[in-house]
Amino acid sequence: MANPMSIIGKNAVAIACDLRLGLQALTVSNDFPKIFQYGPDVFLGLTGLATDVQTVSDLFRYKVNLYRLREERDISPQTMANLVSTSLYEKRFGPFFVNPVVAGINRTTGEPFICGFDSIGCIDFAKDFIVSGTSADQLFGTCEALWQPDLEAEDLFETISQALLSAVDRDALAGWGAHVYIVEKDKVTKRLLKGRQD
Amino acid sequence: MDTLVSRYSQPAHLHESHSPEDYQELGQSVPPLSLKFALPPVANPAAFLRAHTDDHANPDCPIKLAHGTTTLAFKFKDGIIVATDSRATQGDWIASQTVKKVIEINNCLLGTMAGGAADCQYWLGYLGMQCRLHELRHKRRISVAAASKMLANLVYSYKGMGLSMGTMCAGVTKEEGPALYYIDSDGTRLAGNLFCVGSGQTFAYGVLDAEWRYDLSAEEALELGSRSILAATHRDAFSGGFINLYHVKEEGWVKHGFSDTNPIFWKTKLEKGEFSNVTSKLV
Repeated sequence: MANPMSIIGKNAVAIACDLRLGLQALTVSNDFPKIFQYGPDVFLGLTGLATDVQTVSDLFRYKVNLYRLREERDISPQTMANLVSTSLYEKRFGPFFVNPVVAGINRTTGEPFICGFDSIGCIDFAKDFIVSGTSADQLFGTCEALWQPDLEAEDLFETISQALLSAVDRDALAGWGAHVYIVEKDKVTKRLLKGRQD
Repeated sequence: MDTLVSRYSQPAHLHESHSPEDYQELGQSVPPLSLKFALPPVANPAAFLRAHTDDHANPDCPIKLAHGTTTLAFKFKDGIIVATDSRATQGDWIASQTVKKVIEINNCLLGTMAGGAADCQYWLGYLGMQCRLHELRHKRRISVAAASKMLANLVYSYKGMGLSMGTMCAGVTKEEGPALYYIDSDGTRLAGNLFCVGSGQTFAYGVLDAEWRYDLSAEEALELGSRSILAATHRDAFSGGFINLYHVKEEGWVKHGFSDTNPIFWKTKLEKGEFSNVTSKLV
């Protein structure tokens, strides 16, 4: 089931996902976002088994809420990444079937941060982009071609949108529209992409 | 060309209907092609091929063939509408969005392809050749019934060897009027008024069954064919791309475009208010 991806720019990150929910060939829903927000500038994208996407997103809402109460501050993307990693490894021998992506900006350093995981919590840190989901192969191709260092917010939006739309147009199981978040310091922009509906 | 024509030319038939000898000759004139293809050198080639190339029998099969389609054809008062999508997939990978799934056998006969792309392309091409030879031998165009039966007999001779095709033959002849046949690789051959074939067939049937009438005008019928394919491309992951539309009339077939589904979809949604399941604004 479909794919979120995130890329890094100059003092900004972008994270995007398509909107399809399907059972093999049958498209069940075209309004199933896979990106969840866990703080003013921390985002988690989840691909994989739909029931686990919902369970895991709810589990992290619970864990991040407790973190915020205990620490009296918002979670940083780095801490979020470690939380995701340890939580997934707790289920080492009966994992959730999800491949998460974390994207955000660290409030104290102002640095953008992205990383990805396998289903049992191995962190993959990246300085350029992270992809996940059924069109991961296609996304690696489009990102390698389109991404460049130090993209400004507007160019970052253009780059991630073109990369995602081109990739899902070559994947039968993904597409049907997309959500894109551009995360800058103290500013988050969310946009809907009207992709091909076939 | 002239030598070919003279070799196959015979006095025109005196009677119009098909005599039993006619069919006899038809059967014999098709060479036994089954001996010309190399088979895998194993005890049971059919089982071997099924295990290695049939996605349904074995989802992990090592050789993925291009699959996935929606095609439809239906009769109405002014002839036959034939419509298809244009997507070819190998597993989840979209191999092409611009496949021509309507095969023009001659200027009065159309074939559609669903299933294995190579199987359909090759055998419908071969059928086209046989139809032309029939025309030269008998000095009249082959009937749709005969053409479809040639294909059905042919795929039946390969039954169990992993051929995968679901095709329709549509045409208009003097003897038969508008004629529509469904042929698949199991050897099934059915005459009918309305067929949808391929992974998106159920979605196309949903629209077509609800709106079809025999006395549809040509314009309404073309719109219905196009709308049925659009519904299938939307819900079926393995259908999409472009809508290929044909109208088969008494004088022959007329092509009505090869149009991208994307602008048609948004026009259908935004102007007619259909597809309300799709969001077009952030809430």
